[in-house]
Amino acid sequence: MRSLVIARREFFAYFESPIGYVVVALFSALAAALFFLVGDVFFSYNQASMRHFFSNMPMLVAMIAPAIAMRSWAEEIRSGTIERLMTLPFSLGQLVVGKFLGVWAVFAVALLCTLLAPISVDMLGDLDWGPVIAAYVGTLFLAGAGLAICCFLSALTSNQIVAWMVGACTLLVFNLVHLLASAVFIPRWLAEISLNIDMSQHFHALARGVIDVPSLGFYVAVMIISLVANTLILSLRRHS
Amino acid sequence: MSVQSKVVVQVKDLHKRYGDVHALRGLDLEVYAGQIVGFLGPNGAGKTTAIKILSGFLAADSGSASICGFDSETQGLEVKQVLGYLPENNPLYSDMRVVDALNFIGAAHSLGGTKLKDAIERVVEQTQLHQVYWRPLGHCSKGFRQRVGLAQALLNDPQVLLLDEPTNGLDPLQVVEMRKLITSLGADKTVMITSHVLPEIEAVADRVVVMNHGSKVMDKDIASLASEQLVAVELHCPVDKFNEICSQAGAHIEEMIVAGDSNCQALIRADDNASGLVSRLAEAAVANEVQVANLSPQGHSLEHEFRKICQSDGAQL
Repeated sequence: MRSLVIARREFFAYFESPIGYVVVALFSALAAALFFLVGDVFFSYNQASMRHFFSNMPMLVAMIAPAIAMRSWAEEIRSGTIERLMTLPFSLGQLVVGKFLGVWAVFAVALLCTLLAPISVDMLGDLDWGPVIAAYVGTLFLAGAGLAICCFLSALTSNQIVAWMVGACTLLVFNLVHLLASAVFIPRWLAEISLNIDMSQHFHALARGVIDVPSLGFYVAVMIISLVANTLILSLRRHS
Repeated sequence: MSVQSKVVVQVKDLHKRYGDVHALRGLDLEVYAGQIVGFLGPNGAGKTTAIKILSGFLAADSGSASICGFDSETQGLEVKQVLGYLPENNPLYSDMRVVDALNFIGAAHSLGGTKLKDAIERVVEQTQLHQVYWRPLGHCSKGFRQRVGLAQALLNDPQVLLLDEPTNGLDPLQVVEMRKLITSLGADKTVMITSHVLPEIEAVADRVVVMNHGSKVMDKDIASLASEQLVAVELHCPVDKFNEICSQAGAHIEEMIVAGDSNCQALIRADDNASGLVSRLAEAAVANEVQVANLSPQGHSLEHEFRKICQSDGAQL
């Protein structure tokens, strides 16, 4: 697969600078801190369960995904290397998919580092690993959708900070839009839409360790739409 | 220059706009196999836009551009496989080492194993990169970075090389080295090189295309330019006498600079031998008892044309 050439370059580029290590460390530390320390929820339950760990994931992903994806295109545009990239024998689609797979792999490394949390829980009690693995798969898909959106937003600017801010705000909106459903003045059809497009709502079942196919399908659809939009943006850049 | 039979680069009625700016206005061009073509023109002439369209980085508004028979727009992947491109300012991934950058570009061209190893050895030898092979690109000098850019463009052993301002920012010694390298590459490749510096093109190209305001304003072989010398003439005489002297000397006035009652200045085109023309003009002036204030060769006509183009609209070089 030709895109893997780009994915490999993208993945290793993150770990050539401190950014990759900082993001991985920050994500693992925040996930562990929110689980074990904030609100003392884990210890008060007195159960070997990871549900509270995964319930924090939508918001954590909303902060971390933009940080990983912000440089994907913005830095290429700023440094001019996009010209080198777009004149290599790749289609625009291959470039977009390659970049996305690269940042997704970076997130996967960050997610792998959080395995210390379930291992610790397993040492404290008898952890059922089935739901945990399913929730990890769900988190990967949730992050895939977030990263695809942020890669697309990164292609709109040459400034990484702008890309991060717009990405974080967009993902926050996609995680809080379900709140509209409880507003009295919102028509029912709009309330339903707000529930259906909310990324955190689709994560509820996955966080419990259920492989919810419609929810996974939703994340895959978001990825595809974002990657197609990203390709269109690059195509428009050629015609600008 | 090798045999000029096969057209490898063909550009037909190419137009490109950036908002209100009409960067290319119907450019037509044919480049033959083995030629080194220099694109010359002031900043904003449209050289880089033309190169970017040929490379596939930009799309034209209308018209067509093809390389080795492949259309830049509809057969972009095929074009990129036969093309080596060094963009203006040579953007590189500074976080990569030279060896990694070459491996990445090689992999992008689907080279692997022995083929990739051989290709890297070949370009490292061609561009003399041994010294910085393991060094991060961010720690390389401008000259070496430019060589790495060229090495990347050469990795797939392209039939056509597009070099956009390849000597930009190099010191004089590095410029000489880069020119030598480009000349040697021209032995078996078609090379298109852009520059806004005339001696640059003269040193490496065997054909020059001058552009201004998005159009081609001159297209000549460098060899033919050598026989088109200009001579500056200043005689203390009225215009009609001046014309008579030129006619007697068999000289064709290229440009009348001053046409006064007692003083005339002009540039005369010498189609064969500039010193012969100077002698004939001097003899005709003496025969007509006219005082000669200046009679000197001014270099070839390209230089004059280029200067005129740049001065006419205050274009920046």
